[in-house]
Amino acid sequence: MANSAPTSTEYIQHHLQNLVFGYHPEHGLGIAHSGTEAAEMGFWAINLDSMFFSIVLGAFFIWLFKKAADSFTSGVPGLLQASIEVIVEFVDTNVRDTFHAKNPMIAPMALTIFVWIFLMNLMDLIPVDFIPRLGEAIGIPYLKIVPSTDVNVTMGLSLSVFALMIYFSIKVKGPMGFVKELTLMPFGSSNPVVQAILVPVNLLLEGVSLISKPISLALRLFGNMYAGELIFILIALLPFWAQWMLSVPWAIFHILVITLQAFIFMMLTIVYMAMAHEHH
Amino acid sequence: MNLNLTLLGQAISFAVFVLFCMKYVWPPIINGLRERQAMIAGGLADAEKSSQKREEAEAEIAVLLQDAKAQAAEIVAQAHKRGTEMVESSKDAARTEGERLKQSAQAEIDQEVVGAKEGLRKQVGLLAVEGARRILGSEVDQDKHNAVIDDLVKQL
Repeated sequence: MANSAPTSTEYIQHHLQNLVFGYHPEHGLGIAHSGTEAAEMGFWAINLDSMFFSIVLGAFFIWLFKKAADSFTSGVPGLLQASIEVIVEFVDTNVRDTFHAKNPMIAPMALTIFVWIFLMNLMDLIPVDFIPRLGEAIGIPYLKIVPSTDVNVTMGLSLSVFALMIYFSIKVKGPMGFVKELTLMPFGSSNPVVQAILVPVNLLLEGVSLISKPISLALRLFGNMYAGELIFILIALLPFWAQWMLSVPWAIFHILVITLQAFIFMMLTIVYMAMAHEHH
Repeated sequence: MNLNLTLLGQAISFAVFVLFCMKYVWPPIINGLRERQAMIAGGLADAEKSSQKREEAEAEIAVLLQDAKAQAAEIVAQAHKRGTEMVESSKDAARTEGERLKQSAQAEIDQEVVGAKEGLRKQVGLLAVEGARRILGSEVDQDKHNAVIDDLVKQL
């Protein structure tokens, strides 16, 4: 790759390939050197770049907010505290408008989701070649710096949300309550025979709607960020003097997209949690 | 794009971040915000109370001001009356004084008139004697006829 200039296809493929570490049936434990190798590693491999950047960004979020929390005063706030307050108030308002049950976990989780996803999306605004080139210079073959363009990352989040949904559903409504919710709705009947016929129909409908929640949650974020990143990569194929004409408007537009996607993910999480806590 | 262990890694980091945020980040911030809300609410209530107090004070001030105005008007009226009285009494005093001065001037004038008459009488007497002496030549003796002249003067 370093010897000859890559073709457009190679360039794009290179940018869309994670740095995968895992066990390859032929080459043994190590870093995958191509997309095919990475695919052959199967499930028992890990995307080092996604993990690294997401954890660094998550740690940054925690560090920043902890710093503000430690020096928090109810008097006149400093600049950092004032900005943190805006975000916390925003999240708190959304949670209280949507989520009416009592659960001390929901608001902090919503805050974590919003800020963390926002930070991960924000990496999209760093010009596509900066950090991968730097990585290449120090011998890292692949580097995808936007964790939310990795479906594993968004799935990891949405499946965690899904697990919490099921956990709280069972905790609040009881196992029977949860089963009833899946089987006796939306179609119900007072006649036991008709009801028995309707149970599989309900289970199918409710099952699909339940399963679709984490999938749509993950794929919406992934799709948006992946598409945005892809367009940045395509723009990067233009001659260097022409790139700004497209990348600047797209980046400005993307500021909106990354915030919106973080907000949507947070909002839907709150809504799902509210549904899990709702009694019928 | 393949699903792999990253999924679990993400789920674990997510759990860690959420727990940390829930334990160490969210409570101090949200408590601080609630505290500030309470402070602001208290401040607003205080302001409300003070403005009510101010209104009461203003009403009191209005009453006091009215009283003061009434008193001032009374004082002014009294002063006016007293002033008029004083002017009247000064006028009276001036009049009496004027009268007195006039009288004493009149008395002086009268006295002067009497004095002048006396002088005139004497001179007329002398002139008459002089006239008589010239007519009669030197026969008339001044000393002899002084008694006569005095008598004549008295008759004038």
